[in-house]
Amino acid sequence: MASQLTRNERLLGMAIALVLTASGVAMAAAGRGDLLGTHGWMIAVLAGAAVIALMRGLDAPEPDPGRLNEYYDAPTKVGIGLTMVWGVIGMFVGAWVAWLLVFPDMTFDAPWASFGRLRPVHTSGVVFGFGGNALIATSFHVLQRTTRARLPDQLSPWFVLLGYNLFCIIAASGYLMGLTQSREYAEPEWYADIWLVIVWVTYFSIYIRTLKRRKEPHIYVANWYYMAFILVVAILHIVNNLAVPISLGSAKSYSLFSGVQDAMTQWWYGHNAVAFFLTSGFLGMMYYYLPKKAGRPIFSYRLSIISFWGITFMYMWAGSHHLHYTALPQWVQTLGMTFSIMLLVPSWSSAANALLTLNGAWHRVRDDATLRFMMMAAVFYGLSTFEGSFMAIRPVNSLSHYTDWTVGHVHAGALGWVALITFGSIYAAVPWLWKKPAMYSAKLVEVHFWLALAGTLIYVFAMWNSGLTQGLMWRTYNESGTLSYSFIDSLVAMHPYYVARAIGGTLFLLGTLVGSYNIWMTVRSTVPHPVDATADLPAPAAPTVLAGE
Amino acid sequence: MFGFHYKLERNAIGLVVAVIIAASIGGFVEIAPLFTIGGTVEKAPDMRLYTPLEVAGRNIYMREGCYACHSQMIRTLQDEVERYGPYSLAVESQYDHPHLWGSKRTGPDIARLGGKYSDAWHVAHLTNPRDVVPESKMPRYAWLARTLLKIDDLGLHLNALQTTGVPYTGEMIAHASADAFGQATPDDASAAGVSQRYGEATQVRLFDGDARTVTEMDALVAYLQILGRLSDVAYAAADPSKVE
Ligand code: HEC
Ligand code: HEM
Repeated sequence: MASQLTRNERLLGMAIALVLTASGVAMAAAGRGDLLGTHGWMIAVLAGAAVIALMRGLDAPEPDPGRLNEYYDAPTKVGIGLTMVWGVIGMFVGAWVAWLLVFPDMTFDAPWASFGRLRPVHTSGVVFGFGGNALIATSFHVLQRTTRARLPDQLSPWFVLLGYNLFCIIAASGYLMGLTQSREYAEPEWYADIWLVIVWVTYFSIYIRTLKRRKEPHIYVANWYYMAFILVVAILHIVNNLAVPISLGSAKSYSLFSGVQDAMTQWWYGHNAVAFFLTSGFLGMMYYYLPKKAGRPIFSYRLSIISFWGITFMYMWAGSHHLHYTALPQWVQTLGMTFSIMLLVPSWSSAANALLTLNGAWHRVRDDATLRFMMMAAVFYGLSTFEGSFMAIRPVNSLSHYTDWTVGHVHAGALGWVALITFGSIYAAVPWLWKKPAMYSAKLVEVHFWLALAGTLIYVFAMWNSGLTQGLMWRTYNESGTLSYSFIDSLVAMHPYYVARAIGGTLFLLGTLVGSYNIWMTVRSTVPHPVDATADLPAPAAPTVLAGE
Repeated sequence: MFGFHYKLERNAIGLVVAVIIAASIGGFVEIAPLFTIGGTVEKAPDMRLYTPLEVAGRNIYMREGCYACHSQMIRTLQDEVERYGPYSLAVESQYDHPHLWGSKRTGPDIARLGGKYSDAWHVAHLTNPRDVVPESKMPRYAWLARTLLKIDDLGLHLNALQTTGVPYTGEMIAHASADAFGQATPDDASAAGVSQRYGEATQVRLFDGDARTVTEMDALVAYLQILGRLSDVAYAAADPSKVE
């Protein structure tokens, strides 16, 4: 990696890593006897390793100036590797917590192994580790191809990618040790949050600087979505994480808001983490890889405009549907419900746009599992957004909320949409990036597809059943007008569904392992590539005057 | 409209600004008015603050992710009110930084748990839930009773909470560690100060049944026993017409 940086970049990189090492040591010193100190040491060691790596490469020759006529894909390649690593970790822990609900005593009397600490390792591991790395990696790839410009420099993409992974490591290790703000999807403590802001601002700057240098007059749809993802996640993250640390020597903080305002802020964040992390960003992915792989242009440009602005504007009103019938004022609940229902229009516009793009290429969807991953993702996107709008209706929510139905809904989106579009995009991108004719084994892509689909269906059907059963049992009255079932009755009724869900999840995990193996073998393979390398180059560096600019 | 967009998408900064504006409106309209407290949060003049021991217990509740399986928010629905007690009011969590309303009921709602069971029941249940409820899916937390509670920095905790707006007094902050010790050690001289500062109704006792040490089990049980009992406004203000 160091040899790809210019000498100045190596020096700057070393300076940054040194500052980070020093901050780690300072945290370790200030946080003696506190978990902040443990994290301080971890940061110091990891950043120290970066210093050493850069120092050892310091005297390598300057990189070939010819590189500027090519795209810079090394960070994307590493990012794809990290995506799969986090995917395996996050889904393994997901399967583990699923089995914990079947065998609750699988905790070895150890604090870190209990459900409450492992669950956020799962959610952060898959959402931020797997999903976030996939977004960063693909966004660099897509951004360069759609602007026909190389990334602005070699250092900042590495800073973003590795810095982001540092955040993920701090987050996951923190939960195991007992550090959490207890805000869903925003569990990391204050210092990790500050670090993420720094990484994120750099990420945004890469986007803007590359766009400034673009050779295409129009900014392609995929980039609107990636940009909305970057910008809105920044807003959400900063507001939702406002907190007062008890001291600079402690990891612990108290959120600035309390009670009802805090709940509303948290779900404004939580719901829009789904919207802008798990939807907008992945729509960006879909809008590039799906038409590209299918070899057809996006069905409708106008539909993509409607859907983009609809999603960007309306999602931010929808968070309060997580708080129906609670102590939140009713007018906010009603607004949340209304916008949630309206959201179906832009959501289905995107799903339809994707599926109609495939119209005319169905034979390829049939034969090519990679394209089928993306097609299935669009179908699940359509289904789970429909389900989401439905569940936001107050009376429906009175039944579904607090039950496994929500978990089923989450995973219809998370497995069916997020994970499938990611796998499809990665299977498309890996041969392009590593300049191979195809994936190592088309059969294994096929195996992965069916494992993933079967796992998702088993998971979702199990949770629909358990959620409905649970919700109905809680509200059933007998003839004498008293509640028919105790809570424990409903808990016992869940058991078979928890077993089924754990099996479905394990199948999905197996698929991910198969996929990782296939990717690894593709990267390693030495098959000579008949690929035309000149087809994938940035626009020539000489400034061309574009019409109208 | 599409013509305008055709121009907008050629301008990176324009696009950025448009996204920020479009995305900011919803949150602003829904969240900002909630801070004009009057209409949002009821009044509860008799409501007391969490004691330092209860704050510590609450932090353990967060640390262990109990909120991932338990809600603390009873909705205005008939069956919930019957199963769990009067529906929750906003004012009841006015000192909850952060709120712990929860979103999933793998276990039951515990907004009104305080006083439902004895301390001994909680200790037995947390040590091994299946000893008490054979069908339970809840993890065991036996090690809580073996782990000493960290009380020396509780003053800092109360101080931070005061910064966020919880009306702790300087005296409460100054005595935080001693109060935590005293609340779980009724025979100690420091016990008297607890009821003096937090009210006569404060529960001062050996929560984990062991007088020698103050453990994390003491703190967690003290917290569980105060749930829903900081104020009885929910019983007084319950409005049957709101329940659907
Ligand atoms: C895996 C999910 C799960 C986690 C995590 C969990 N619980 Fe539970 N809890 C349950 C279930 C299921 C029940 C119902 C069966 C029982 O009583 O054990 C329950 C019951 C309870 C009860 C009895 C409530 C009543 O009204 O009968 C209390 C109190 C309780 N849990 C406290 C806690 C605390 C404190 C923690 C964190 C240290 C915790 N729980 C973590 C699942 C969980
Ligand atoms: C191997 C596959 C997976 C398994 C076995 C699995 C399992 C689980 C389990 C058991 C829970 C806890 C549910 C509960 O509290 O009852 C959960 C929650 C969650 N998972 Fe997964 N999961 C998997 C994949 C994913 C993926 C790929 C994503 C996202 C990209 C994801 C996102 C989430 C989220 C957001 C929650 C929280 C749901 C909520 O609070 O309602 N999961 N998962």
